[in-house]
Amino acid sequence: MIAIVDYGAGNISSVNKALEHLGVTTSVTSAPDTIAVAEKLVVPGVGHFSRCQSLNQTLRAPLLDAIKAGKPFLGICVGMQWLFEGSSEAPETEGAGLFPGKVSRFPAGVKSPHVGWNQIDIGAGSRLLRGIPDCAFVYYTHSYRAPVIGETVASSEYGGVFSAAIERDNVFGVQFHPEKSGTIGLKILENFCAL
Amino acid sequence: MPSERLTKRIIACLDVDAGRVVKGVQFLELRDAGDPGELARAHAAAGADEIVLLDITATAEGRKTLIETVHRTAREIFVPFAVGGGIRTLADAAQVFEAGADKISINSAAVAHPGLIAEIAERFGSQAVVVAIDARRGRRPAEAAEVYVAGGREATGRNAIAWAHEVEERGAGEILLTSMDRDGTGAGFDCELTAAIAATVSIPVIASGGAGTPQHFLEVFTRGRADAALAASIFHFGTHALAGLKQTLVEAGIPMRWPC
Repeated sequence: MIAIVDYGAGNISSVNKALEHLGVTTSVTSAPDTIAVAEKLVVPGVGHFSRCQSLNQTLRAPLLDAIKAGKPFLGICVGMQWLFEGSSEAPETEGAGLFPGKVSRFPAGVKSPHVGWNQIDIGAGSRLLRGIPDCAFVYYTHSYRAPVIGETVASSEYGGVFSAAIERDNVFGVQFHPEKSGTIGLKILENFCAL
Repeated sequence: MPSERLTKRIIACLDVDAGRVVKGVQFLELRDAGDPGELARAHAAAGADEIVLLDITATAEGRKTLIETVHRTAREIFVPFAVGGGIRTLADAAQVFEAGADKISINSAAVAHPGLIAEIAERFGSQAVVVAIDARRGRRPAEAAEVYVAGGREATGRNAIAWAHEVEERGAGEILLTSMDRDGTGAGFDCELTAAIAATVSIPVIASGGAGTPQHFLEVFTRGRADAALAASIFHFGTHALAGLKQTLVEAGIPMRWPC
């Protein structure tokens, strides 16, 4: 069972539909007990980083425990941003701090939000992006983005280069929306399910 | 410094009445040419970057059908999916999101109650709120275009450019701009009006009304500065029309999700 963590940050149903389409058993949940028994975890989310406050309050410990236990974890959009130290969108809200760096807004002069289909430049060896062609198109909708770091396995360009996907051991994050990225996105989710 | 790698979007619009797609449906390969779910899936497979379902049902019973239609259609597609038509309240919007829409489009209700834009944006995020603006200018300059509601039947006295600025301030994530002058003519998008709105706001502008040929799309993406273009009838000539359109635009240097 894959737990889709519901912390009031919207767009849960799209992720759930995509995973159900792949034939996976899912549970949309905000219960620590369900997270504890799940085989894999997905933290979706669109919108404001301050929503991560509710994630921090009740689910931080169970999520970090699951990650420590080596359960595959996928953060999508704000769910990926949460894996970093924090975001200038809500400086008082802590991130999980599993990846170095902070999320920040696109520079002034760049049309924001970044909405639409953009390409990903894929590095070698990613398990999440196995079989995805370089320069594949994925769907984005966001105003803040994470820096390129050592764990970046794919990047996109918009007002500079940013992290499209990060990966370390069984912890994965994507800034784009695989559940809305057509067959490419479904393949990425399938890779995650197959881990 | 806009990135050239963010593609321009081609959005397919399905007009739906009481659960059936109502106009210009000529997909020969479909079992049921009027089924929104099947048509949406066919458009997505053919390369549409986004699907808009526009409910033109007038009756109350029809509204119930819409929620079922959205639910059924959302299961079929894994590209962004927006729903418009008849959404008047936060509760209406919530129902449509629950049924599986990624975005809602509001028009008359936003003009009548501008606070609704922020209400929906605060609950579901700005990325989920498209404000549709129906504008008409006749022979006047783009700066004088006026906002219409009720399917283009009622003038509001509002200036389209000022309204575009206001909806952005109130939290809209995108603007769907329809030229009433061009809608249904196939004579091309209103590039002057689209460019004037795009210069006013920093959120994406989707141009609509007047699509007839690939050249029209090229013009609205260059001269019109549109981020996306929407059309209904042009895509109903078959899946090849969409592929041909994208191919033509790629060859003209427009960034497109193609092949996809």
